[in-house]
Amino acid sequence: MGERLLMKGNEVIAEAAIRAGCRHYFGYPITPQTEIAHYMAKKMPKVGGVFLQAESEVSAINMVYGAASTGKRVMTSSSSPGISLKQEGISYASGAQLPAVIVNIMRGGPGLGGIQPSQSDYFQATKGGGHGDYHLIVLAPSSVQELYELTVDAFNLADQYRMVAMILGDGVLGQMMEVVNFRDEEPIVKADKSWAASGHGMKREHNTVTSIHLDPAVLEQWNIALQDKYKTISEKEQRFELYKCDDAEIIIVAYGSVARIAKNVVQVAREEGIKVGLLRPITLWPFPTKAFEQVIDKPNAFLTVEMSSGQMLEDVMLAVKGRKPVHFTGRMGGMIPKVDDIMAKIREIRAD
Amino acid sequence: MFLHEVIIAGFGGQGILSAGRLIAYAGMLDGREVSFLPSYGPEMRGGTANCMVVVSDEPIASPVLNSCTALIVMNNPSLEKFESYLKKDGVLITDSSLVQKKPVRDDIRSFELPATLMATDAGNKAFSNIYLIGKLIKETGIITPESFEKALYGVLSKSKHYLIPQEMEALKAGMDY
Repeated sequence: MGERLLMKGNEVIAEAAIRAGCRHYFGYPITPQTEIAHYMAKKMPKVGGVFLQAESEVSAINMVYGAASTGKRVMTSSSSPGISLKQEGISYASGAQLPAVIVNIMRGGPGLGGIQPSQSDYFQATKGGGHGDYHLIVLAPSSVQELYELTVDAFNLADQYRMVAMILGDGVLGQMMEVVNFRDEEPIVKADKSWAASGHGMKREHNTVTSIHLDPAVLEQWNIALQDKYKTISEKEQRFELYKCDDAEIIIVAYGSVARIAKNVVQVAREEGIKVGLLRPITLWPFPTKAFEQVIDKPNAFLTVEMSSGQMLEDVMLAVKGRKPVHFTGRMGGMIPKVDDIMAKIREIRAD
Repeated sequence: MFLHEVIIAGFGGQGILSAGRLIAYAGMLDGREVSFLPSYGPEMRGGTANCMVVVSDEPIASPVLNSCTALIVMNNPSLEKFESYLKKDGVLITDSSLVQKKPVRDDIRSFELPATLMATDAGNKAFSNIYLIGKLIKETGIITPESFEKALYGVLSKSKHYLIPQEMEALKAGMDY
């Protein structure tokens, strides 16, 4: 076993990135994720990497595009308003099929909003926040240990599929400290990077990294290739956790820090004799529809809980396909759902 | 089951967050599961600050607490805000040199400790949080004094290690109060 440390979520993301071989980080500070940049500023020079605080989020994401074009592992991080600024670059990187990791430690919106935790960027992350037909691989950790493991996985998936992978967390996950067990060695996937614009030394044809294809027939073929890739990912990369779903009459669907609260609800409800389970999506895109197929027969209802107005709710309804009722409760603007509030909703569903 | 859910609350600058972090660190050294969730943002800079710490034998479901088994308060607003979070028979520890208000509940175990005065008299006001942790250890057994000392060595930078004997005296004074 490797080191066992008490660390802050944000710092663990940065440490995980370095362990995964990321040597290029471009960012711009914003609460509640600035510790990622702090950590990178301290550590990157020591491992021969580059930390650069850009003059804006727009610059940072275009630096990511540049570094990714050379085939290097690269990351940027921000929080909701900053991620909005990065959307043009994310769309370009997706169009150019560039691997990169982007971290969004969400805060309440819309607009400048607030700085407290939120999950209201679900649509932006999973439905394509920028223009065009594209997806990101979106990973939703729910503990500090998972922030570590999924950040390493994000780099591997990004390289493997030549696309942008996003870590979607929130202020609770970024700010909290938990014990993290680091592995002695990371499971780094070495992907083919023969496409990279990394210098040809006059020994081969030059590579071109671009998202522009002015001939619509060519652009359509390019899009078809992207969609084929997304289909493969949808089939192969769905991840989820099922917690006490086998006998559950109500299954809560929640991700990230809200899934932690939902686990408390499962305990409290079962002490009261109400059989509640938890379906926790770990990949938000691809959405884990397979999890619903596994559990669909048993429960009387699903209850989606989010720190938003009900965004993942739509994907839950698409996965359930009308076979069972789907309910929702949530808080917005940086407020965190309480165990009692969720319990009240469960009692209300049962009374119907 | 060993499960302690602690909220520590007061003004920014009173060592609220470092107290929570030290308890979590010591709990980890005791081999327990731990989580530490600080408040963040403008409230840290002179406003109110609070943190939530869980120390448990079981994997921790949520680091976000809606109720607690122990509460340490270092100002009046924090007592008003968090008293209702305490579970029945929960432990309330107030710094009575700063908190004039009394708890309204009679189903909790309430302890008053003039921590800021004791720390000032002993020559270092910054250790007031340590007296309160001492009382918490005495009344709940959440961590051991030995692991707390190790946590101080683990968390503080080397240049501050010379202060640790004084901090351990403060811890003992808090435990004995």
